[in-house]
Amino acid sequence: MAQGSVSVAIELPENVVVSKLDELASWCRKNSLWPMPFATACCGIELMATGASRHDLARFGAEVFRFSPRQCDLMIVAGRVVMKMLPVLQRIWQQMHEPKWCISMGACASTGGIFDTYCVVQGIDRFMPVDMYIPGCPPRPEQLIQGIIDLQDKIQLEGTVTGREFDLRARQQRKRALMELPIVNSPSGLILPR
Amino acid sequence: MVVRSEVIAALESRFGNVTISEFRGHSRATVEAAEFIDMMTTLKETLGFDMLVDVTCVDYLNYRDARNRFGLVYLVANTTSAERLTVRVMLDDPDPTVASLVPLWEGANWLEREVWDMFGIRFDGHPDMRRILMPDEFTAHPLRKDYPLQGRGERHNFPVLTRSEG
Repeated sequence: MAQGSVSVAIELPENVVVSKLDELASWCRKNSLWPMPFATACCGIELMATGASRHDLARFGAEVFRFSPRQCDLMIVAGRVVMKMLPVLQRIWQQMHEPKWCISMGACASTGGIFDTYCVVQGIDRFMPVDMYIPGCPPRPEQLIQGIIDLQDKIQLEGTVTGREFDLRARQQRKRALMELPIVNSPSGLILPR
Repeated sequence: MVVRSEVIAALESRFGNVTISEFRGHSRATVEAAEFIDMMTTLKETLGFDMLVDVTCVDYLNYRDARNRFGLVYLVANTTSAERLTVRVMLDDPDPTVASLVPLWEGANWLEREVWDMFGIRFDGHPDMRRILMPDEFTAHPLRKDYPLQGRGERHNFPVLTRSEG
């Protein structure tokens, strides 16, 4: 929090820090990410190992693994997702409250892994937004912890109180206005690149 | 465990079209679809093969020297004498159908549903003939040899959730 301090003209006592509300909110959110474990396969075992006592994930704020999407911030998709499971995954993602983030853990969730078959979705990022990818088959607990630390840095750098960073449409419109490009509304609502 | 010679003799005397062979300690009986249900009833009730271990299928579409397209495989076991027998039924392409074993063994319910889902072989008399592994609206039979490994695009036919909507 100290690096976000704004210099002010008045003299402040030693126990007062001035910062932005966005940074304060991001600091609170990043240090209390409660995971929603969407463990379908082998990566789920490594996820459980990361939450266990040796590689303790609770040190980083993931105090409880809530199995209800209504009580979680962070969805960790650990394991391969088959086409029968994908609508379930999307529904649980939609049931999570904002602000929410998604980690795609392991090779199967990121790209389909070694299972390039008729029933395995080749990467969940084809159908839902992913913030952090953790490669590995399975990734060791230390790699998952590093992924969560990197996600915490991302939340701190980009986070806002109102969640403006999640509004892709508004962000694209601001960028195109900045670059002085024409804004064309496509049927899906997103501004597609030409 | 090789089946005893009394069992082989009983099968060969009762059914005309059965062929029994043995390879490295495993016995196999190939039977016609018409005599299939009688043979399985005999095996279960008279000869003591009380356990149906598995039901599966082989697609011989591009196999050299193949005479029929589908070869159903039934594995039965005798829990008292530890004998195991493989029963083969060869079926052909337009509408492969065979009698269902659900009246004899309840466990055949899900095993035959899996063979229907993966190969498209219909089982007459099955109480609940629907897909078990693939989603209900799936149209193909994936383990047939003419179905590609990566599928025909069904795996990616879903709506996309984005940050601004989802």
